[in-house]
Amino acid sequence: MNVYDLIFYLFAALTLLSAFFVVTTRNIVRAAFFLLFTFFGVAGIYVLLGADFVAIVQLIVYVGGILILLIFGVMITNKITSVDIKAGTIQTLPAAIGVGLFTGIIGAVILNTDWFIANSEMPESTLSTLGKMLLNEYVLVFELLGILLLVALIGAASMARK
Amino acid sequence: MEVTLTHFLIVSTLLFSLGIYGIVTRKNAIMVLMGIELILNASNINFIAFSRFGNFGLQGQLFALFVIVLAAAEAAIALAIVLNVYKTFVNVNVDEIDELRD
Repeated sequence: MNVYDLIFYLFAALTLLSAFFVVTTRNIVRAAFFLLFTFFGVAGIYVLLGADFVAIVQLIVYVGGILILLIFGVMITNKITSVDIKAGTIQTLPAAIGVGLFTGIIGAVILNTDWFIANSEMPESTLSTLGKMLLNEYVLVFELLGILLLVALIGAASMARK
Repeated sequence: MEVTLTHFLIVSTLLFSLGIYGIVTRKNAIMVLMGIELILNASNINFIAFSRFGNFGLQGQLFALFVIVLAAAEAAIALAIVLNVYKTFVNVNVDEIDELRD
């Protein structure tokens, strides 16, 4: 077992453990903070896969943007001073059985499939290649995503002000 | 055992299942949103793992970036909807919100 594998298991354990606490803890604020560790662990997995730029974007957008939005949502929609910060759960047993079955099936499929693995070495830096792809073949998607973000943010602002 | 594609796919599967579990069992709408974020992260791990071990260049990473942008837009819209629901119903429990009109 070399260092790469060790770091992978570390990040995988961090991701999965904190994701487990996100879906099981009863305190919403605690769940939001465990979500922070999940995002960090996923960013580490991206780095292990050679996706440096996506890892940075994951940290900036998820931790800096989406998580802050979620915490704002928690604080606005719950009386933060009272004890009403707990969130109930329903139908945990059927959900656990169904999700367990699903995980078992998908896991068996993954383990029994003979995956094709190309012998490509890890790229030095993905930034210039990604930039060229974004502004050549995928420029239409890029512009559409810009318009989509603009529309979504204007819509969100006008909906929240009503 | 050397870490290869299978390991990343298993991690992604577990993350996806935890997200589904969160969506199904949580009452609070914001917790449901957190489950959706877990699912989107799991799909991103799949995209990037196939981009690394497959033979497609960097297209997987590009699609992961698109997914992150869509997640940001989705979070903003969903939070606005949750705020409106809170103004109308005074709570955001998805099992109690069952009226479409006043």
